Amino acid sequence: MTRVVAAMSGGVDSSVAAALLAREVRDSGVDVVGVWMRTHADRGEGFEHKRSCCSPDAADDARRVAQILGIPFFVLNVEREFGERVIDAFADEYLAGATPNPCQACNQYIKFDELLRRGLAAYGADAVATGHYARVEQRDGRFALLRAADANKDQTYFLWVLNQAQLARTRFPLGEMTKPAVRGLAEKLGLPTAQKPESQEICFVPLGDYRSLLQERRGYAGEPGPILDASGTRVGTHSGYAHYTVGQRHGLGVALGEAVYVREVRPERNELVIGKRDEVASSTFVVDGRRFVAGEAPAERFEASVRIRHRAPDVPCEVTLVGADRFAVETAEAVWAPAPGQAAVLYRSEECLGGGRIARA
Amino acid sequence: MAAGELRHNRPMAIYLDHAATTPLGPGVLDAMLPYLTEHWGNPSSIYASARRARQGLDEARERIAATLDAKPREIVFTSGGSESVNLAIKGVAWAASARGRHIITSSIEHKAGMHTCQVLERSGFDVTYLPVDRYGRVDPADVAAAINERTTLVSVMYANNEVGTIQRIAEIGAICRDRKVLFHTDAIQAAAHLPLRVDPLQVDLMSLAAHKVYGPKGIGALFVRQGTAMLPLIQGGSQERQRRAGTENVAGAVGFAVALGQRGDGHEAALRDRLIEGLRALPGIDPTGDPAHRLANSASFVAHGLEGGDLVAALDLEGIEASTGSACTSGSSEPSHVLLAMRIDPQLAHGSLRLSLGRGTTADEVERTIAVIGTLSQRLRPGMASVQV
Repeated sequence: MTRVVAAMSGGVDSSVAAALLAREVRDSGVDVVGVWMRTHADRGEGFEHKRSCCSPDAADDARRVAQILGIPFFVLNVEREFGERVIDAFADEYLAGATPNPCQACNQYIKFDELLRRGLAAYGADAVATGHYARVEQRDGRFALLRAADANKDQTYFLWVLNQAQLARTRFPLGEMTKPAVRGLAEKLGLPTAQKPESQEICFVPLGDYRSLLQERRGYAGEPGPILDASGTRVGTHSGYAHYTVGQRHGLGVALGEAVYVREVRPERNELVIGKRDEVASSTFVVDGRRFVAGEAPAERFEASVRIRHRAPDVPCEVTLVGADRFAVETAEAVWAPAPGQAAVLYRSEECLGGGRIARA
Repeated sequence: MAAGELRHNRPMAIYLDHAATTPLGPGVLDAMLPYLTEHWGNPSSIYASARRARQGLDEARERIAATLDAKPREIVFTSGGSESVNLAIKGVAWAASARGRHIITSSIEHKAGMHTCQVLERSGFDVTYLPVDRYGRVDPADVAAAINERTTLVSVMYANNEVGTIQRIAEIGAICRDRKVLFHTDAIQAAAHLPLRVDPLQVDLMSLAAHKVYGPKGIGALFVRQGTAMLPLIQGGSQERQRRAGTENVAGAVGFAVALGQRGDGHEAALRDRLIEGLRALPGIDPTGDPAHRLANSASFVAHGLEGGDLVAALDLEGIEASTGSACTSGSSEPSHVLLAMRIDPQLAHGSLRLSLGRGTTADEVERTIAVIGTLSQRLRPGMASVQV
């Protein structure tokens, strides 16, 4: 018998993913176990945070869905691992002048590592299923990660970190579905999450206030420093370099007659460098921490397309491997603000090849 | 979703979590039903149907008082164990606060007691949390040493809910009486197994819950020795001699009285010993709690290198229902305060497992449980290594 652990966040996507698996119970003897992960503590009495997907009260929604589907339901505590691998890493990226990528870290270290490993062991499962919009297919004896059928919802940008061992044990039941179809099915099945709004904010940063998180987790209060233009002239004052990310436009308080953006964050000197729109774009950048879904790169030098933020368009590029864990990217046209810390994810048509972390422009 | 429903209602589950709750004992439901279907009047009303309900309530109170060798007027019905503990500690602390604001408790109380004391600390009371030995026992000499002229209450549980360790209640009670300090014991976990007569135990207040003694949920009691000053938690009508307002749960009280009056045959003790012996023989599993002074139905362990929650989920999928320690702490990332107070390594305390037997537990069930845990602990350990490369 096959047993699948359905990761249930309490949102509509993972609810429907679990429902589709539970439907297979009747068809093919697949056995489903619903699991909700406690990633961070709730804030005690009197606090409500309804808006974030993995907030503790989302556990109630996940539990109700599991009851309706008639599947066992467990809470898996991953607070320790999530705290170190996702929340602390998030704060540390800001302190390094980079833009954190918490959803990717959660996939890499929590959903497809901690949950997968403990799920397989504890529940005797063979695979983990999530509500991600992506597809896995066996091609030439290996597992290929493919974009979702719904291009609007494709989440491979956060999944390129998965390796062959992980993909072999991963299922994405929503890969062929569109979001409206998912909501429609949730409605039809009477799931209480059917009309739940899309979560926009980072689950552990209520109201998007990451500055207080930097203070709480790392004692970073922010110290004012100079904002410099491309020529090195001081044009303003910022509240602390870690409060800014590359590409940011708002909150600079600089009036130069046209829109300006953060072009570089310099932690060691507590400086921000700003630039005009065309100064922030770049057609070359270097990536470190490279990984390929197949286990190895297609070639030392190859053509692909690259995406440098979620939902940004792909841009054709040439990739050249550098050293043991880096690659250089040269794009056919300039891309908007490659931000250190964000992923550069490589594609060939519908297949996600892998990627890395943008190191510098 | 027929398959799923079947799984929820699997007939063959082995239930080893009687410390969390128990099924209704024989005759309990039958005794309760007339008070839900026929005698549903409000026991405080004047007319015949109400008087009939009142009779059920009064008789239930008498039966419970008889089990405790107490007076009926010394029994206050509550909504359950947590309310009883809250009422005892807060009620006495508040009533005596003009005289003193110091409370003594142990470091292994159920959260109902521990959190109540913590709340009182935040409102200006001093609380002493007595240490325990590695088996979870309080030294009565520590109680004597902690009492000062401002001390108004000592609260130490009769038997611990996580590791089953039994305390020297009568000795502590004698010290309190000698020093003229009120003594409360949380007897919720002990009640199904240990003597409950309040005079030999020398207690002034004792908390009980029906569903731990094969009675229904939603009803508990607090013994309050006559003459004890205690303020109510819930204001309103004059029910329970103005110590607990609210229309009484008559059917619950009746079921509670029947259940508390029944005693098991004590066969769990031998099965518990076999369970401890069987699991101790497995690699990386150690018993916790007191080898001698422990509840007849209670076996508790730590498994090296495992998360207790994972093991309990795995057991569930094998049809064995168990706990990491306390149903009230599951989902928490903090290891049990009880195990930490017993100076068990925090990392090890994450691997806690509690198996609590009941009147219906059989030798076959115990053998199967030992075998399944042996298999699962092998499967679970490699799972703690990374799949990341």
